[in-house]
Amino acid sequence: MKLKIGLYSMLAGTMFFMACKKGENTPATQQVYEQQDQMGRPAINTVFVSTGEKDMFNTTTPSAMGAAFGAKFKSKLLALNAGYTTNLLGLNADQFTGVLATDVLNASTIAPTTFYDGTNLLTGRALADDVIDVELILIFGGPDASANPGLTSDNVSANDKAFLTSFPYLATPH
Amino acid sequence: MKKRKVLLTVLAAAVAVTGGIIYAADHLDAPAVSNQATDITDVYVFRGENTNNLVFVANTQGLLSPSATGAAKFDEKTLIEFNIDNTGDNVEDLVIQAIVMNGNMRVYGPYKPTATGTRSTISANAFSVQAKVTPYGQAAIIGEENGIKVFAGPRDDPFFFDLGQYQKIIGGTATSFNNPGTDTFKGTNVMSIVIEVPKSKLGAGSSGALNVWAESKKAIN
Repeated sequence: MKLKIGLYSMLAGTMFFMACKKGENTPATQQVYEQQDQMGRPAINTVFVSTGEKDMFNTTTPSAMGAAFGAKFKSKLLALNAGYTTNLLGLNADQFTGVLATDVLNASTIAPTTFYDGTNLLTGRALADDVIDVELILIFGGPDASANPGLTSDNVSANDKAFLTSFPYLATPH
Repeated sequence: MKKRKVLLTVLAAAVAVTGGIIYAADHLDAPAVSNQATDITDVYVFRGENTNNLVFVANTQGLLSPSATGAAKFDEKTLIEFNIDNTGDNVEDLVIQAIVMNGNMRVYGPYKPTATGTRSTISANAFSVQAKVTPYGQAAIIGEENGIKVFAGPRDDPFFFDLGQYQKIIGGTATSFNNPGTDTFKGTNVMSIVIEVPKSKLGAGSSGALNVWAESKKAIN
């Protein structure tokens, strides 16, 4: 193990010197990885971010996202659905976009894990969850999910391959 | 090529233009291979077959056709990191890190990172399990050590969505979804990392609540 650690340090040092033209006097450092992309909830969060702010959103830590993006998310929601009042969860535009702007996937170690199954809400995301329909309903469906009926389901309700009951759970590739 | 970014572009175009103009979707621009490895397409967290475990999935490099899948690779300079907040403040208390090295997907943690935020290092002594990256067309290679399992390799994209019709709606050339819809992701693959962890290692409080997000991080030095 020590040998391996030493080797990795040497490699990291080599790469550092190769990458840094003026690095001759800089000591070798541990490999550092800088954030490029991040994701919590599916689709909806990224949908609400403007193209020019995509990189910024992807490198803003979740604890800072609400303050930075909450108002922008609200504008986007009302642009998508000008008639938005509340949704099936009883959330008004401020409340709904306030939740969405912090891009984390809520999960539970106790409850059944699902994005929404009619009973459990945001306790995880299972492979078969129809997350798009849930999000369409919350954006377009109004307080009782009956508004804009042509926009509250894409009518694709399942994956094209069956999932596995055992690890690694995802279906074999096409 | 990332599907969420496709959505984003489409929506941004729709918001910016109020006349049903056909947008130039950026999913037609093939990004460099080095960038694809950092594109996270989806994150899943669900109970394992053993319900004492939680499964973490990060999919990358979306919309791979079968003919392109055999050549798809994980990048040795790209760290995929699951961040886990178990105290409700949306700051990571634990991380699970995965990075490919010499053909093996190596997993570190879950462990408390030395620093939170947008820069990470890997603590070598947090190593928990590894598995050879499964080649396209071969049976899944599964690593298991310390009660933690890992798989890495190509899989069917589990995501399903009529993205095409959605684009028409946002673009102003349609007013509703079709029934039945058409799954834009049918027949496509992703490069997937699947890690199964005993819940006991996740430090959840009595509420059982966790906040999870995945990050891709690129070696910078």
